[in-house]
This record gives sequence, structure tokens and C-alpha cells, in this order.
Amino acid sequence: YCLSGHPTLPCNVLKFKSTTIMLDCGLDMTSTLNFLPLPLVQSPRLSKLPGWVLKDGSTFLDKELKECSGHVFVDSVPEFCLPETELLDLSTVDVILISNYHCMMALPYITEYTGFTGTVYATEPTVQIGRLLMEELVNSIERVPKAQSASMWKNKEVQRLLPAPLKDAVEVSMWRKCYTMPEVNAALSKIQMVGYSQKIELFGAVQVTPLSSGYALGSSNWIIQSHYEKVSYVSGSSLLTTHPQPMDQASLKNSDVLILTGLTQIPTANPDGMVGEFCSNLAMTVRNGGNVLVPCYPSGVIYDLLECLYQYIDSAGLSNVPFYFISPVANSSLEFSQIFAEWLCHNKQTKVYLPEPPFPHAELIQTNKLKHYPSIHGDFSNDFKQPCVVFTGHPSLRFGDVVHFMELWGKSSLNTVIFTEPDFSYLDALAPYQPLAMKCVYCPIDTRLNFIQVSKLLKEVQPLHVVCPEQYTQPPPTQSHRTDLMIDCQPAPMSYRRAEVLTLPYKRRYEKIEIMPELADSLVPLEIKPGISLATVSAVLHTKDNKHVLQLPPKPPQAPGGKKRKRVSDDVPEGKPPKPLLSGSIPVEQFVQTLEKHGFSDVKVEDTAKGHIVLLQEAETLIQLEEDSTHIICDNDEPLRVKLRDLVLKFLQKF
Amino acid sequence: LSSVSLGAGAGQDVGRSCILVSIAGKNVMLDCGMHMGYNDDRRFPDFSYITQNGRLTDFLDCVIISHFHLDHCGALPYFSEMVGYDGPIYMTHPTKAICPILLEDYRKITVDKKGETNFFTSQMIKDCMKKVVAVHLHQTVQVDEELEIKAYYAGHVLGAAMFQIKVGCESVVYTGDYNMTPDRHLGAAWIDKCRPDLLISESTYATTIRDSKRCRERDFLKKVHETVERGGKVLIPVFALGRAQELCILLETFWERMNLKAPIYFSTGLTEKANHYYKLFITWTNQKIRKTFVQRNMFEFKHIKAFDRAYADNPGPMVVFATPGMLHAGQSLQIFRKWAGNEKNMVIMPGYCVQGTVGHKILSGQRKLEMEGRQILEVKMQVEYMSFSAHADAKGIMQLIRQAEPRNVLLVHGEAKKMEFLKQKIEQEFHVNCYMPANGETTTIFTNPSIPVDISLGLLKRETAIGLLPDAKKPKLMHGTLIMKDNSFRLVSSEQALKELGLTEHQLRFTCRVHIQDPRKEHETGLRVYNHLKAILKDYSVQHLPDGSITVESILIQATAHSEDQGTKVLLVSWTYQDEELGSYLTSLLKKGLPQSTA
Repeated sequence: YCLSGHPTLPCNVLKFKSTTIMLDCGLDMTSTLNFLPLPLVQSPRLSKLPGWVLKDGSTFLDKELKECSGHVFVDSVPEFCLPETELLDLSTVDVILISNYHCMMALPYITEYTGFTGTVYATEPTVQIGRLLMEELVNSIERVPKAQSASMWKNKEVQRLLPAPLKDAVEVSMWRKCYTMPEVNAALSKIQMVGYSQKIELFGAVQVTPLSSGYALGSSNWIIQSHYEKVSYVSGSSLLTTHPQPMDQASLKNSDVLILTGLTQIPTANPDGMVGEFCSNLAMTVRNGGNVLVPCYPSGVIYDLLECLYQYIDSAGLSNVPFYFISPVANSSLEFSQIFAEWLCHNKQTKVYLPEPPFPHAELIQTNKLKHYPSIHGDFSNDFKQPCVVFTGHPSLRFGDVVHFMELWGKSSLNTVIFTEPDFSYLDALAPYQPLAMKCVYCPIDTRLNFIQVSKLLKEVQPLHVVCPEQYTQPPPTQSHRTDLMIDCQPAPMSYRRAEVLTLPYKRRYEKIEIMPELADSLVPLEIKPGISLATVSAVLHTKDNKHVLQLPPKPPQAPGGKKRKRVSDDVPEGKPPKPLLSGSIPVEQFVQTLEKHGFSDVKVEDTAKGHIVLLQEAETLIQLEEDSTHIICDNDEPLRVKLRDLVLKFLQKF
Repeated sequence: LSSVSLGAGAGQDVGRSCILVSIAGKNVMLDCGMHMGYNDDRRFPDFSYITQNGRLTDFLDCVIISHFHLDHCGALPYFSEMVGYDGPIYMTHPTKAICPILLEDYRKITVDKKGETNFFTSQMIKDCMKKVVAVHLHQTVQVDEELEIKAYYAGHVLGAAMFQIKVGCESVVYTGDYNMTPDRHLGAAWIDKCRPDLLISESTYATTIRDSKRCRERDFLKKVHETVERGGKVLIPVFALGRAQELCILLETFWERMNLKAPIYFSTGLTEKANHYYKLFITWTNQKIRKTFVQRNMFEFKHIKAFDRAYADNPGPMVVFATPGMLHAGQSLQIFRKWAGNEKNMVIMPGYCVQGTVGHKILSGQRKLEMEGRQILEVKMQVEYMSFSAHADAKGIMQLIRQAEPRNVLLVHGEAKKMEFLKQKIEQEFHVNCYMPANGETTTIFTNPSIPVDISLGLLKRETAIGLLPDAKKPKLMHGTLIMKDNSFRLVSSEQALKELGLTEHQLRFTCRVHIQDPRKEHETGLRVYNHLKAILKDYSVQHLPDGSITVESILIQATAHSEDQGTKVLLVSWTYQDEELGSYLTSLLKKGLPQSTA
């Protein structure tokens, strides 16, 4: 089941054996681009924007929709596009597996509104940093209370009349406002923290294991396996060496199905080159006396940027330029990054052994080069010196402290805004700020797998089937000639799209079962062919927690003395092992000899097309012997029949 | 079916943990400790126990270190570099970080101060640490195809872990040192219900059931406070990491609250570093510290300052934490010698002392000590013992056994008499075998593992479907054939087994002629037989087919007229060998004739 149309912010549900597993819980925030920014301080420019007027002149929407440089925006609290909730009953989801902190932003919507009662699994850094991201989101939206919330434009009839991006927006009626902090806490309390390579049993039926994916602190790929089937879920992985632990590829081998999501969103940009460009643009602006604004998330790439700058500033002569990191969670984010030594790459781990803080931003803070503030209010306004570099959120430029800096610095061409986060189109992000004098540089840094790395990875791990979002099976729409920008593998990947259900191509054949030692002792193996033995097993099957155990059958209770033929059910055989299957064939001559040995004197053999008929004239008994069947026809003489039966059985093998 | 054998390097004695476990053909060495009461060969385990000839690397599959205390890892460089072992050594991240520092510290004391030769060098420690693989909590590490290990939180000190060692269905849990009650800086040990075949537990406090933590803390603070009030000096010998931090947090908050001025010192170097480790490995501490560390890191102390050797002679009260913890060497011993003569002073031993150390001697009441160079030191200062060392007490050990539900328990790292007592208690309460081997003794424990086989899903589904219908709880018999081929076991339905092996089924069929007197027409006879059987065999499916024949399950009954006597009908009852019982039963039933009343 695919519940999200966004390939990097997936939300899929996998039904495997008897469990229902949700893979990631990404929240598509691009919907916020259709809304006007939320300014921290009253912005005269934004409040003076003209209302949008329909072609026929009607103005009933002018309170809700505002126009800015030819784009129409909704003047309301920003809303998010949720994963599909109608496709299946989300209360039946048993577990949610989270692969990294960007892919859990929709968690409160799922756990708090759908009747979800299961458990969420994520690594410790994912939980902690995910909490920070959510906190920042909630904080930046809640502190700017907006009186009105627009809903009229969502009317299908009205939406049809709207100009481009709004007209085509999907499922607008499903868009939801941001959750609240209590909801975040409730959602996070349902998470159970796990470590890499930890094997987690789900109901005894399925085992799930997180593996390092190399993309972010605590980011993981998941392996979902039973004894015979293995599904790998690869989401947001990176082969580049940045700060997190490198990706574990070896464990992905021998998968029946590999689900591939979260590839790079900027397949054409090389992250290393982008970092270089970032530094040089930053240096140039500052040297010219301008300010640099970096809209970013409070965790992730910012650690790498700070580390690069740490090495770069001295050589570029920028050691006196203050760096500000403004976010309600700035301090926590920087502190948390230092304590997750076990989740870091080898180099950083070695530092901890010394012991030194793994990230150099500790030193930047100590030397006062980097300062962090919860918001632009308070201490920051006293310390604020220009020119400077400001890191702040949110990358969509719709809420958070970044809105303030855009308004403040937008008018001067000395200043630069550098986009590093790839999640939002920078042109769309800037749209409500037009016209803009400020320089804009786009240096998207996306360390996730690109298509070349994917084909290498797939060659390496050799999954039987690949499943991926449909976006990855065709070149990007803007560069349709780039056929190298798609997944290429044999057999061709199976693709899915939002609100689609896909049946995965594997068939289960075997299951593990345990045989108790007592039972094992009682088995009598029979060697059929060299190296192959058979044993008939009759045992009691115990099934508990999806684990199966075979035990010795209980001793049959002693038959009550004095056989009473009246009660039929006493005699009707029940629960006794059925007679085994027979195999082999009966050689006529030996059989006849045996019969004679046992006192049948008048044995007569007739040949037929398929075999022989043995006649016992005296007993009016006929035995048909064929290659693989024997038929005994006799009068109702039980002792005789039993005797014949046993003779025949001597020649056959039982199973 | 297979066995777990065990040779202990430190059985009924605290001080030198080194245990060898052989489980299903795999050999694992647990801890590699040294004895701090000895200065000669006896301080290291005798590795010739492991293998008389042949290299250790070939014999051992891996080495596991539970935590960084020297009695658990002190012999590691000796073992890996001097005796020679190149295989993997597993420990947690904090242990890997801290262990080399303690080893180096210990090396310095023995070699530089005592001038011993024939000891491992700094380079050896470094080389040894290169062989270490760090593990996460709960991470399942696949040592090789069959052997896997998994670490659980043990509490005892930063980074202490219990390890589960598993080969196939057989498993051993080794606790190392652990603590079942959370303290001021660490959480409690925890393990899931993993039902190991054997639980190897430490038993340092086998008989003690300690009074409540709060009482002990209050007691400790009171004693320190009183001594300081009357102008005395308090010496607290500690190991740099572990108890020291807990007591620091305790004193720090107490000083803050009572607004005390007497200085608290911490013997230098190691300790600052140690606090730094705590800051960086804060994820290994307890909930409360982890939650608040962003606002206030508990390991940044305001009242506690670094100690300088010269301070020891300063007049006036002071509290000094000094290493090492058993007063057997180093700074703590130096300070002790200086202060021992004054009855105003006090030494508080917050942890266990190994036999042979100065700490053990003064705790056992000895007041005249023979020091190096035949000097006699008279101890006039007060000696207090406070069990702050984070070992599980008897209650804790029982609690862990309850959690893990082992099939056998083996006690190590304790004193023989106390262990005996605990052993009885365990056997009484849990009805499991409990062992307590002496040094160098080998214990063999037989396990009786179940055999995992593959079952075809078709068969399983068929069986569970039947099983679930009438009464899910009633045990249901299932039948199948086990195919054993090249060490693989598969349980399939008998039909499938035949098919797979290319054998054809041989059908054995019986047809019995039953004569009954019935003058009616054939089909009427058939109907009567049908009604009769239907009435009797209620649990079976009895059907009357259009051609006049009757089936009971898969048994076919046909009524035909006798060729000579029209009044006699011949019932042909035909069944296969698989229906033998029912067929035989039916013939005898029909032989008795049909009831007259019907029809």
C-alpha cells in the first residue's frame, strides 16, 4: 500500500505474513508553499498584498487569497498534505518502522487520529532529533497565531477556477493544520528505541532489523524477514562519508524484495561541489559587507556545513564574522549531536575515545564564533552584529525566524540567501518575497543515493525484485532526455504511486517448526536413497505466539475394561495416526511363495494386461497385483483379510 | 545432545574474572581480568588452561569484555600481545574508550613506580585495542555463521554490559558485574526473557541484601559532614570511573544545599577525563541525567576541584576522592599513609576490596600494617565501609534469574561460602541446577535443544486449519514425513515426500463382500444401509450417490443382488489401506445386519 506520493517522504504499508507494517511516516510539506509566510513581526508588505480577484470580477475570495508578483497564495495558517488515510484501516497497523528523522513528521497524525494501537520502532537519534524537528515546527507555527483559517478555496468548484499550482493541488480537503506539542509527546511516547542490527521479533512471525543507512544520525534501512523470506526497505541512504555511520550494504544481500525510496532529489548536483560553492558564495558576500542567510533544518547537513566552515573560515579570513544559529532547538540540536558517538562514522568515534567532542562546532561555540539562540527575540537582538551568517529555519521560507530575515535583508543586493536543503524548490519558496533584490544561490546538498550509486548497489546486493515509486522509473519531467536518471535493473522494477496497492511477487513455501527432543528421539528414520532418510512424524502441534512446536503425542488413555460394543463412538477411531502411505511394488513370485508358506495351498496366478491376479479359490479371494496398486477382494472374513494385508505390507515401504 | 563446558579462571574468588565457555563447538572467553591482590604471576589468569598446545587464536572464536574494571580487562594486553591472540575482542563503546586509559594508568603504577619489568607496554595496549570491535546495546553481532552475541545494559559502571552468546538454539548469558537498582547516574540492568540454557552470574554480594539506597546515602553524608565539622579530613578511595561520579553528584548536591565551604578534591588527570567521558556517553547513563543534560550537565561540578599532591598537607578539613579504590597503590595509598595517624580523619571505603590489598586489611580490622620496607603503619583514623559498589545483591541476582528464566545457573566472582548459600536459595526457588566451579574447574552442562526443521506451509496451514475449527486449545495431532537430506530437515506432507523423492504411491485396496438378507430391491437396500449408517456415524460424512452407492468418507459401499439368491444382497465395501480402521469397522458393523424396524 502506498500512502504518500512524495518519493523522498514515503509512507508505505506492507502486509507480510500476518503482520501489517507501516514503513515510514513522511509528511509532505511542499503544500505549505501555497501559503503566505507567517511573519514574526508585522510585515507591512505582506499585509498590503492585494486580494485575488476572479476573472469575472467577483471578489468573494479576496480575504483568503492574496496575490504577489503574479502568484496567488492562501492567507492562512499553513497546512500539510497528509499520507492517505482512506486506503486501509490504519488502526490495523501493528508497527511503524521509521528510517530517519525526516520521515517521521506525520507520526502524530497517524498515531493520534487513526486509532493506531501498535508500536513505533526507531533508533535513539532518530527519536531525539525527530522530536527537535517537530518541536521547531510546532513552535514556529504556534507563536504566530493567525486569526483566520481559509477553507473556502478548498471547495472543489472554487478550486477549479484558481490559477496554476493551487488548481492542481491534490486532496486539498485532506490537508491538515500542524499538530500540537501534547500530540507530539503522545506520539513519541509510542516509540520504542532500537539499535542497529538489533533483531526485533514481531509476534513471533516476523523479525525486523534496522541497519545503518549512512544518511543521517541514526538513519536506518530495515530488513523485514521471516525464516524464508526477506524484504529490504531502503530509504534515505547515502554512500558518502559525512558524519553518520557508513551504510551497511552487506546485510541487504539475498533479499526477495527490495523496496527503494528516498533517493537524491537533485540527481545532477554533486554534494561536494555544492559545499565548495556554498563556502565561496558565503565568503564573497561577507567580504562585500553583506549578510548570508541559510535556511535549514536544525539538524543534519548543518553539522557538515559547520564543520566545513570550521576548516574554511580561517583560511578565508572570516574568523571575525559571527555565525548565528537561530532555532528554538538550536542548543539541543548541537548538544545532542555530541552524545551520539556510537552512531557516528569511525573518525568521529575515535575522537570520542580521546575524549574529545566528535563535532568541531563545540570549539566554534567555545571560541564564540558560533552563537545559538532560541529566537530572534531576547538575547539575540542585543548581540546581533552585521555582517553575519545566519542559519535558521524553516527551509520552506513560510514560517520560523527565516521569514523575518527575508523581510529584513531582501531589499539589499549585498545580502545572499543560500539554499542548501533540497526539499523545496527555491523559486517557489521565494515567490511570496518577490520582487527581491537579495542574491539567491542554490546549492542543494543531498547526500542520498543517486542513480549511479543505486545501480551499483543493486548489482552488489542482487535482490530478486525491486519495488520503487513510479517517479524513479522514468527520467525527471524537466529533463526527459536524461535516461540515466532512472532506475535500471533486471528484472524491471515494479513501481507504485500514491494510493495504490501492489502485490509483491513472492510465495511462501516453508515455515520453521521445532521438534521437541523427546519426539526426535522417538523418530525412526529410514534411508531411502543414499544420503536421504525419511521418518514418519505423528505429533501434537502446539502453536503459540506464531511459533510452532511439535511434541510427543500423549499416551492414549487406557481403554476402559470390557469392550462395550454398544457405544459406537468408543470404537470409531479418532485421533489415531492415519495409516501411512505405501510405496514400492510386489513381486508376484515371491508373494505367491509367501502365501504358500502361510498355508494357502490353492494359489493360482493369472496374468493380466497390467499385472497379475492371484486367486485363492478356497477362500473365494482375489488379489489383483499391479505396478503401483494392490486390490484384495474377499468375503467378509476379517482374520483372513488381516492376514493377507500383513503379508502384502511386508513388501511395501511405509511413509 | 550437546554440551556447554566451562573452565573458570576466577571461580570462587573476587578479583580475576576469566571464563572460558565452549558452546556447541564454539569457544568464547568471557573477560580477561587480573587479580589486584598479587604482584607476581598469580595476578594474571593461567591461559594454559585454555589450550596446552596450539595458538589461542585458533582455539578461541572470540573474546568478550563486559566492562572496563581491571579485574575484568586488566590482563587483556598480556593475553593478546604477550601470550598471543589475534581474533576479535568485543566490548561496548564506552568500555572501548575507557579501558585503554585504565590499562595505561595501571601499567604506569606497576612499571614506573614499582620498576617491574616483564609487563606489557603502552604500545601493546594500543595494539590490543586495535583488535577490539565495539558493539551497541541490543545489537546482534554475527561473529561467524553460527555464533552470535548480543549486549544488554548492566548498570554496574559506564558501558557495562551483559552478553548473550548464542549458537543455534543453545545460548549462554554472561552478566559480568551488574546492578539491578538504578543509582544516581546509571540505570538498572535489564534483560529480556531470553531463556538461556545457562546464566553465568557474578555473586559478589551473594548474601547481602542491602538496606535502602537512600539510607546508605544519608549515612554517608552524615559521616562526611561530621568529620568535616570537627576539622578532620575524609579520604574516599575510588576507582576513577563509576562510584566516583555517583558520590560526586551526591556530595555536590549536599554541599550546595548545606552551603558547605570545605573543599572537595578529586585526584587529578584521570578524573577530569573521566567526567568528560560521562558527558560524551551520556546515553549510557540514567533517564534523569539524559533528560536534563541539555540544560545542565550533571557531570560539570561546581564544588569539586582537581587535587594537587601538596594539598594533602594543607591544614583544615577537606574531602578527597583518590584513586585507586582498594588502597593497593597510587595516590590513595599515599594520602592514606599521611592521614592514617590522626584519629580525627576518616577513610570511607565505598566498594569491595580484594583480599591482600590494604583496603581489605583495614576493613577486616587490622590496625597495624606492614608497609613496603618493613615499616609499620599504625592506623588511628576511622575506617568506614559503605557498600556503594554497584553489584547486584542477592535480591538483584534472584530478580535477574526471574527475568531471564535460565535453565541452569552458574555462579562466579564471589566467595565460596556465600555462593553456597545463594546456590541453595536459587535451587529452591527456581528449581534449576546451580553450579559454582572453583578456579580452573570445568563444569559441563548438558543441554537438550529442540531441533528446528522446515515445515511446508501447505501442511502447516492444513493442520492449523483443522486444529482451529472445533477447539483451538485441544492439542491436535499432525502427521507428516520428515525428509533428512544433507543435514537439512524438512517436514512435508507424506504425499509431497513421495513426489519429491520420485516414488510412486502404492495403493492397497480392500473390497469385502458382506452378505445380508434383504428381499427388497437393490436400491432400497442401499437406502436402508444409508439410513442405518447415517444414524450411527454421526461424525462422518455419509453420502448416498445417484448411482445407488454409498460413501462413508472415502469408503465406497455398493449393494448388488446375489447372483443365485435374490433374497440375499451382497454389499461390496471397498476402502484403501489408509482407511483401514474405518473400513474394518464398517464391515463388522454391516455383518450384524440391518435393523428391522427402519424403512
